[in-house]
Amino acid sequence: MSAEAAVFYAFAAITVLSGGVVVLARSLIYSAFALLFTFFGVAGLYVLLGADFLAATQLLIYVGGILVLLLFGVMLTHKLYDLDLRSEVTQFLPGIIVAGGLFAILTFTVLRTQWVTGPGRPPSVTTADIGRLFMSQYLLPFEAASILLLVALMGAAMIVRRSKTA
Amino acid sequence: MITLPHYLIVSSALFSLGMLGILTRRNAVNVLMGVELVLNSANLNLVAFSRFGSGNLQGQLFAVFVIVIAAAEVAVALAIVLTLYRLRRTPNLDEADILRG
Repeated sequence: MSAEAAVFYAFAAITVLSGGVVVLARSLIYSAFALLFTFFGVAGLYVLLGADFLAATQLLIYVGGILVLLLFGVMLTHKLYDLDLRSEVTQFLPGIIVAGGLFAILTFTVLRTQWVTGPGRPPSVTTADIGRLFMSQYLLPFEAASILLLVALMGAAMIVRRSKTA
Repeated sequence: MITLPHYLIVSSALFSLGMLGILTRRNAVNVLMGVELVLNSANLNLVAFSRFGSGNLQGQLFAVFVIVIAAAEVAVALAIVLTLYRLRRTPNLDEADILRG
């Protein structure tokens, strides 16, 4: 087994196992911390795929931003003396059937399809190229994304604001 | 040799786990974690196709946009969850049945 395969299987195992903990853990805090390891595993897979900029972005935004935001969400939606932070599971059997069937269908399709692979891109430093593409060919989606972020964050602040009249 | 289907299978496992979380969890924040798993699996697919496909960077660029949308989505969704908690004193989704006739 080559070094690449060993690293791939290690990161894939981290990703999938901690993803399972996210979904199946009894406590919300356990779920949140398992999500941390899932994000790390996906970032490792990005590095293996030669996407260094994306791996750094994944760590900064997902771990540094979204995960902290989710933890705030956990803390703010529970009473202070409610220490165990349980999260109940409903309709477990139908969920298992749907998710397992989905996984079976997807795996079957992936294995049966004859994937047309191109020349591929050898791992190289991508940051400069991505920046250049954002500023030239993909300028409009870039600006649209920035406006979307602004509008979404203002909307979020408006939604949670306590209205003075009520 | 690690090829494209390896990554696609990891991604479909992550997608199915996220789907299981969305379907079976009662807590809204936990459902959001499931949505994050689904978005991550889609991103993994995009980056894998970018690596093994025609050799351009479009997949990675698309993944950056997905991350941006995910950040906006989490912010708005948490605002809604907080408002729900203020209104009904519960973070559970199946108790949010105010609109039921």
